[in-house]
Amino acid sequence: MSEQAMTKNTDLERWTARMITRRQVLKAGLFGAAGLLLCDRLLPRVLAGTANGPAVRPAKARAVIQVWLWGGPPHLDTFDPKPDAGEAYSGPFKHPIATNVDGIRICELLPLLAKQADKYSLIRSMTHGNNGHETAAYMVQTGWPSGGRVVHPTLGAVVSLFKGYDAGYKGLIPPYVVLTQPQGRFSEAGFLPSRYKPFATGGDPAARRFAVEGIVAPGISDERQKSRQALLGNLNTLRSVSNDAEAAASVKAEKEAYDLILGDAGKAFDLAQESDEVRTRYGRSTFGASCLVARRLVERGVPYITINSGGWDTHKENFQAMRRMLPQLDMGLASLLEDLSQLGLLDSTVVWCGGEFGRTPRVDVAPPWNGGRGHYGKVFSALVAGGGFKGGRVVGASDARGEEVKERPVYPCDLLASIYELLGIDPAASLSHPEGYAVPLTPSAQDGAQVGGRLTEIM
Amino acid sequence: MRRCLYAALALLATLSVSPAEQAIVPPFERESWPVAPTLIDTHVLAALKARGIEPAHPCSDAVFARRVYLDVIGTLPGPAELRAFLGDARPGKRAALIDALLEREEFADYWVMKWCDLLRVKAEFPIKLWPNAAQAYHHWIRESIRLNKPYDTFVRELLTSSGSNFRVAPVNFYRAMPSRAPEGIARTVALTFMGARLEKWPADRQAEMSKFFSLVGFKATSEWKEEIVFFDVIRARTQPAATNWPATFPDGSPVKADPGRDGRQVFADWLVKADNPWFARNIVNRTWSWFLGRGIIHEPDDIRPDNPPSNPALLAYLEREFVASGYNQKHIFRLILNSRTYQLSSIPGSNAPPDAAGFAYYPRRRLDAEVLIDALCQVTGTTESYVSPIPEPFTYIPPEHRSVALPDGSITSSFLDLFGRPARDTGLESERNNSITAAQRLHLLNSGHIQYKIENGPALQSLLKARQRPADVASELYLAILSRYPTAGELKTMDAYAQSGAASGREAAVDLAWALINSDEFLYRH
Repeated sequence: MSEQAMTKNTDLERWTARMITRRQVLKAGLFGAAGLLLCDRLLPRVLAGTANGPAVRPAKARAVIQVWLWGGPPHLDTFDPKPDAGEAYSGPFKHPIATNVDGIRICELLPLLAKQADKYSLIRSMTHGNNGHETAAYMVQTGWPSGGRVVHPTLGAVVSLFKGYDAGYKGLIPPYVVLTQPQGRFSEAGFLPSRYKPFATGGDPAARRFAVEGIVAPGISDERQKSRQALLGNLNTLRSVSNDAEAAASVKAEKEAYDLILGDAGKAFDLAQESDEVRTRYGRSTFGASCLVARRLVERGVPYITINSGGWDTHKENFQAMRRMLPQLDMGLASLLEDLSQLGLLDSTVVWCGGEFGRTPRVDVAPPWNGGRGHYGKVFSALVAGGGFKGGRVVGASDARGEEVKERPVYPCDLLASIYELLGIDPAASLSHPEGYAVPLTPSAQDGAQVGGRLTEIM
Repeated sequence: MRRCLYAALALLATLSVSPAEQAIVPPFERESWPVAPTLIDTHVLAALKARGIEPAHPCSDAVFARRVYLDVIGTLPGPAELRAFLGDARPGKRAALIDALLEREEFADYWVMKWCDLLRVKAEFPIKLWPNAAQAYHHWIRESIRLNKPYDTFVRELLTSSGSNFRVAPVNFYRAMPSRAPEGIARTVALTFMGARLEKWPADRQAEMSKFFSLVGFKATSEWKEEIVFFDVIRARTQPAATNWPATFPDGSPVKADPGRDGRQVFADWLVKADNPWFARNIVNRTWSWFLGRGIIHEPDDIRPDNPPSNPALLAYLEREFVASGYNQKHIFRLILNSRTYQLSSIPGSNAPPDAAGFAYYPRRRLDAEVLIDALCQVTGTTESYVSPIPEPFTYIPPEHRSVALPDGSITSSFLDLFGRPARDTGLESERNNSITAAQRLHLLNSGHIQYKIENGPALQSLLKARQRPADVASELYLAILSRYPTAGELKTMDAYAQSGAASGREAAVDLAWALINSDEFLYRH
């Protein structure tokens, strides 16, 4: 941006302009230069917190692992068992097991997580009341009620704004990674520029070779990769006669891409570097291997990783599905918590596990459901650990049948504001919409949101 | 102080390099002009001379063909069309190609996409036109462009139509606005048709302009998602104060209209007049920026007194031509495309930065996201599949449907998002981001998506199978991918690669296709 252009701008725009210059100076890695040529109006501008907003404490967390159980996991069959409600509710899982924390019991199919309960807290009173997948997923991950004309960014995109290249992150691996498939529009950046969207790895981390889209090409050896690179260099005729800014940008982007393809950074995705014992402990499933990759990414400083785990929309034969999926969840998540703790990374890494809603507490026994559960946004559970969240606690409660919130309703914005606070991001801060107005990070009652307050009891 | 130093250095740089010293680069440039200079060139050259900047060399025929196909119809030339053009010895062949392209069906597809960006055509939130209204709107814009509807008629229909969003498609102009308050409507109208940012005007002038849109009504019907846009006659009658039009229009000329008339019509009558200071200026300036990379006023949608045109005579000339042609958009397209200025090489003849270069060369720009994926599909003979699962009923786009012609901006595609497709939320020209990033390079160099197209695409497969001699294979690949024949040097490089043992036979040919697809020459308009 020329100095002349800057003099025409308002103070705020000048602030942004400084941000860009700083970023240029930092020579940020992989995706950093993506938006340099964007008009300054499209850049998000971070305003100071409002006068009445609470002061933000220094960051405890520097990374988040979001274990997203897409489809809606049944709260009664995971973290909020109700054996006393009878078989019509509990189904065949009538014997929840004790954990290593007195008084906390979870589903009998989660024995490994039971041994890690001192590391996490369970929220048993999550609620928003919406039973549509897309809308509920939007509400849970942005904290905002749906239906407004503004599309808000998700937690991951906000973290990628505040903790990514703009904040000095220098890794070659993008700051917001999703394993393995994106969620579609609800993992999107909302009104933030598209460079805050997640990088979706594709491929299967449980495969012999994890083919990370763009980083590890299936069937292309490193030698062929290098000879191709040389061939491209020799045949890039137009580039060889151009030396302007556009050519320089192209050279820079290509160099960064090759650093990741041929360099060591991409080894974060190479699970062959882990021992057989470790890989088996996480489980050889896609979910287990994703947890292991997530751990490796956090070790390398990546600030936000989503593990997008599908298959939880169990309208039919819920219990057969749980017998198949819960052991995978148990092995992967328990090993992740255990390893993060042993590596000393749990204190600085928030682990959040949950879906867009829970499932109907009363089992649909009749065909075609054959023991299924429907969507249930009125009450559901979430697990949080690390990064400043205390372990071994339970927040809120559902009623005897898990049908209503009995105490301490926790709305999506409460959970998100708590995570923002732990990351040192002021939940009362504002982002600038491309059209120039300020949009708060988290909604208030005036925005039509229900607010129960941050999770101070476990922070 | 520092700025002066930079200016002095820039001046020195521009004076020290002249094309006399800079040899022509054969595949991209030629010695002499095959077309006559036009009045556009007179204006551009006068400005360049005054600043001591040398223009680039003329572009070669192959570069011209590729450029004009991509710029006019958003599509790569097919090898047969290209051969015919390159082999044509007639002197007027460039003008003939321009005329032919302006009549192609793909012309409408490509320019509808451009207009759908500016008019925010998308089904889902936050704009929420809904699929059938987005389809109707897209179809109406396409017909307007296909029939080359005079621009003043096009704008008047958008501004003054009333009726159902499903049946009177242009009313969706009012539904696709970020805000339906009178000030919000005025902001969108100013941005779209005056190239002006209303929020930068004094408050009283903003309020005056908003009044013309104070009686736009919206009401639902019993049909799902149908909405009627109308002039609220009842409110006009019951609240006479609402139809007290301001005393003056934005240019200061007096308003003489009956109270009670539809303010949108009063405004449209004023806007499309020949002497309106914004109307023609906005569209010819935008058109110039679409072909030459920058507006004569830049940003092209930020026209204001303290942002003057870099070449006032040129802008005034285009405005006069546009009005005299009866607001004929294709007339301005023809004027620009036939000029030597447009047909300059993309290799600059001087080191002046783009904002100071005064259109001394054709600016290289990465292909638009949709154009790029269509080009990849065309070269390899593959398709993409698009689905819009929300809201129901699902929209399935047939596989042969080109990405440029997608009617709805909210159809999800990670490729299009990665390559800077605009969200269609703001209507700003800058919302489309054609800068190149490392993530894009990763995808093109090494993703399974592109790898699959190159390895398995039927068009590439049959091209490789049908020819035995490596030189023939190379020629065909160059024609299909880079729209030109290879040079002797490039053939030698290719031979050396095939001999080196790095890859052999079919693998070597696949690697060549991969390298050409990943070269700047393919990724950019140049």
